[in-house]
Amino acid sequence: MSTVTPTPGRKVNRIGLEQQQYRGGKTTLCAGCGHNSISERVTEAFYEMGVHPSNVIKLSGIGCSSKSPAYFLGGSHGFNAVHGRMPSVGTGALLANRKLIAIGVSGDGDTGAIGIGQFVHLMRRNLPIIYIIEDNGCYGLTKGQFSPTADLGSKLKTGVVNDLPPIDTCALAIELGATFVARSFSGDKKQLLSLLKAALSHRGTVMLDVISPCVTFNDHEGSTKSYAYAKDHDDPLEEVSFVPFFEDINVDYEPGTTQEVVMHDGSKLYLKKLDESYDPTDKIAALRVLQEAQRRGEFATGVIYIEPDRDDFLELLNLVDEPLAMLPLEKVRPPREALEEVMESLR
Amino acid sequence: MTPTELAVADAASRARPSEDRVVNDFSIQVATVNGSGSQTANLVLIRSLFQMGIPVSGKNLFPSNIAGLPTWYTIRASKDGYLARKKEIDFLVAMNAETAREDVLTLEPGAAVVYDEPLKLNLLRSDLTFYPVPFDKLVAQVCPDAKLRRLVRNMIYDGVLAKILGIDTTEMDKALNRQLGKKGRAFGLNQAALAAGYEFAEKHLPKQDPFLVERMRETAGMILIEGNAAAALGCMMAGVTVVTWYPITPSSSLCETLISYMKKYRIDKDTGKATFAIVQAEDEIAALGMAIGAGWAGARAMTSTAGPGISLMSEFAGLGYYAEVPAVIFDVQRVGPSTGLPTRTAQGDMLMTAVLSHGDTKQIMIIPSSVEECYTMAMDAFDLAEQLQTPVFVMTDLDLGMNTWMSQPFEYPTRPLNRGKLLTPETLARIGQWGRYLDVDGDGIPYRSIPGDGMPAYFTRGSGHNAKGQYTERADDYVTNMDRLARKFETARQYVPKPEVQRDPAAGIGIIGYGTSHWAIEESQDQMRDENGLKTSYFRLRAYPFTDELTAFIDQHDRIYVVDQNRDAQVVALLRMELDPARIAKLRSVRHYNGLPIDARSISDEILAQEGHEVVSRSRRPAPSGDETAGVGGE
Repeated sequence: MSTVTPTPGRKVNRIGLEQQQYRGGKTTLCAGCGHNSISERVTEAFYEMGVHPSNVIKLSGIGCSSKSPAYFLGGSHGFNAVHGRMPSVGTGALLANRKLIAIGVSGDGDTGAIGIGQFVHLMRRNLPIIYIIEDNGCYGLTKGQFSPTADLGSKLKTGVVNDLPPIDTCALAIELGATFVARSFSGDKKQLLSLLKAALSHRGTVMLDVISPCVTFNDHEGSTKSYAYAKDHDDPLEEVSFVPFFEDINVDYEPGTTQEVVMHDGSKLYLKKLDESYDPTDKIAALRVLQEAQRRGEFATGVIYIEPDRDDFLELLNLVDEPLAMLPLEKVRPPREALEEVMESLR
Repeated sequence: MTPTELAVADAASRARPSEDRVVNDFSIQVATVNGSGSQTANLVLIRSLFQMGIPVSGKNLFPSNIAGLPTWYTIRASKDGYLARKKEIDFLVAMNAETAREDVLTLEPGAAVVYDEPLKLNLLRSDLTFYPVPFDKLVAQVCPDAKLRRLVRNMIYDGVLAKILGIDTTEMDKALNRQLGKKGRAFGLNQAALAAGYEFAEKHLPKQDPFLVERMRETAGMILIEGNAAAALGCMMAGVTVVTWYPITPSSSLCETLISYMKKYRIDKDTGKATFAIVQAEDEIAALGMAIGAGWAGARAMTSTAGPGISLMSEFAGLGYYAEVPAVIFDVQRVGPSTGLPTRTAQGDMLMTAVLSHGDTKQIMIIPSSVEECYTMAMDAFDLAEQLQTPVFVMTDLDLGMNTWMSQPFEYPTRPLNRGKLLTPETLARIGQWGRYLDVDGDGIPYRSIPGDGMPAYFTRGSGHNAKGQYTERADDYVTNMDRLARKFETARQYVPKPEVQRDPAAGIGIIGYGTSHWAIEESQDQMRDENGLKTSYFRLRAYPFTDELTAFIDQHDRIYVVDQNRDAQVVALLRMELDPARIAKLRSVRHYNGLPIDARSISDEILAQEGHEVVSRSRRPAPSGDETAGVGGE
């Protein structure tokens, strides 16, 4: 439970907490690391949406990215699991307590290499979790080796050129069944914040790939994951704005220019189209837009695919409303007659 | 001469006189082809004997295959109540042309054989009793539909055996009804096949062998169950809420049976919703990952697997140990290394599991010997996991998990769930300052909060952490934490199931055994006492870490024989890690690792040989697929 009592006159969110109460520990990542900007946006999004930190679990695997949950939401339980295996830990935690709000932070190696198996099945299950890939195309903690999201022809600091095609985690997620797939850039504060807030309104897997340059090992000329490259090749599909369910705001737009998506909790996502033909609820179009951007050497950002109404994994399991972890003995131990019935069938 | 020819020549000279009557003390082996529907016939056979009050055990020796490879089902009737596998086969039902020759050539003289007439097995030996049965002809008469014949053909041998052995046919009908339930047509066809077999035997097969059954009253009120089903019941009664698993022989039936029980008994009556989640994971890594995630978030979580899965789970097992997360893992052990013999039994994961994962990891293992203990220890495991905040491994095996065992009915648990040291507002007020890994009580077990419980949060990590759960690489923090974990492991000795000790004050030697070896050890003790005058004490190990009773038992005896169903005497190795040199010097080893359930004779022969007794091998019968004397021995 958060411990700070709001000081009168200070700015608080709809549940009476200050933004300070959403902060985590001091970052130990490099100065200028894209991951730190993402942690800041997460802090803002949870604060602005008024999510209580004690209802949140933060999960991660191993790597620079996976350290970042320690740097936001200090009042939430966190679990820094083993390399590439955060999806299974998150799945188990949500099975135990379906009321928790789960945010997982992974990296491109943690997801695309060692963790690709668990990633695939997480997407397939449409588990209600916000899964962020802090994507810098390299392994930072082990000093800069290529990861599977590194682009073909991208160069390491040492001059080594990547000769394998990248895994497009967004395309994979869409293909596999994730119901909210977006890409962003750690340097685009506004877009990333809107996407994170929308993610909190979604029931199902949110897969958010955030290009997040590694200032130490992958920010040089020849890298396709540097700040400079990202700024030049960021190709937003739409202007994203988000109106949460608890705010009474009407957004006017000219018909045909903006797509309005009503989220699971009643919040509204407004996507002002930059490419008029694009429809993010069309799976095939979403895959095409990713392919086309890649062919141009750019990366499409914004909401790439969204399916707001599909049942998530926990719905499919027909669980009781109360968290399984908190069920009392009488709910989880069948009565004496049940055992006797079984024994009788075995005599 | 080949070894088999030698066996035949030798056997002929030792033929058993036919005037013996051997009542309720023999083994039946049914040799069939996998996928031929023999399971119903075999279960009807064992159940009929059971219903007649005769102690029985059934063991399925099956291939890793869907259909077409040889399979054997062995039933032992034992008036003395011995449930271990009997090494010698007394009565063979030879239905599989492929193995029939070897099956017959390796029998003990005096054994009886029911066989499919066209196989002409009677030509192979003159020291056995042969009963030819024209199965195809008989099945054609009772089952006009040629497509169904394959499924009822095996029921004919049950009818034949009923006549020859004196099994009450009303018990057979009752058992058949139980197996097939209300499937009217299937029941009718099978009943007709039973009757056809019985009538054929009555007309054409005069009794020539000594084996008979007679009613007893030894099974009244008892049940027949497989260990996996018993464990599943225990898990349900333990209040398991999250089950995550990946199919693997021989553990799959544990979770599958659990699914069927939970669907029946764990749906909330008011809402029709499930008080559990069962998820088939993408692999064993994810299966344990999910269980760890669920255990961390406060659920009673479990998975079940076998050796290859345990290898894959190693990384998460280490995380569970170091981050202190409860989870229950059933290891239904099978033969390794690698894929090994997936459908054969062993106790081959003991050493690996005790220290599963890299670094200084130590895991808790509890070891059931009986179906009843599969049930009770499932409940113990969940309590221990939460009490000790660590993974707990229940080390069973294929023999226990997948074979049919008789047992007293299970008792309804009266003990409440032990959820361990959960942080509450009261605890927090009492202890003042809380740290997730702070040893408040001096027993190495800290207090934990769970997400969503409103208590202070902490950050769980597999990297170095201090008493508050904060990241640290400090030497003193690391040592403090590791020493506390060691202290917790010491505390565990008081909580894990105690051994069962049967001490004979006149015995100079003691036997240490665990798991399914129990049944063969008890029978072996009787053999050595009755046949050789050798008295022994017995210490049945039920958990790792070992408890204080161990050293006392060793001190009371001159030599200690440790029975392992693995090649490398794995539990001897674990004992060596803890004992002082004087006690280590007393340890001897008896090993059995040919994939078959251990039998008493193998243990007796080995102990007697090491004790300097002259051992007359009573059985030279090779295992169904090889020389059974291979894979048995001392160290």
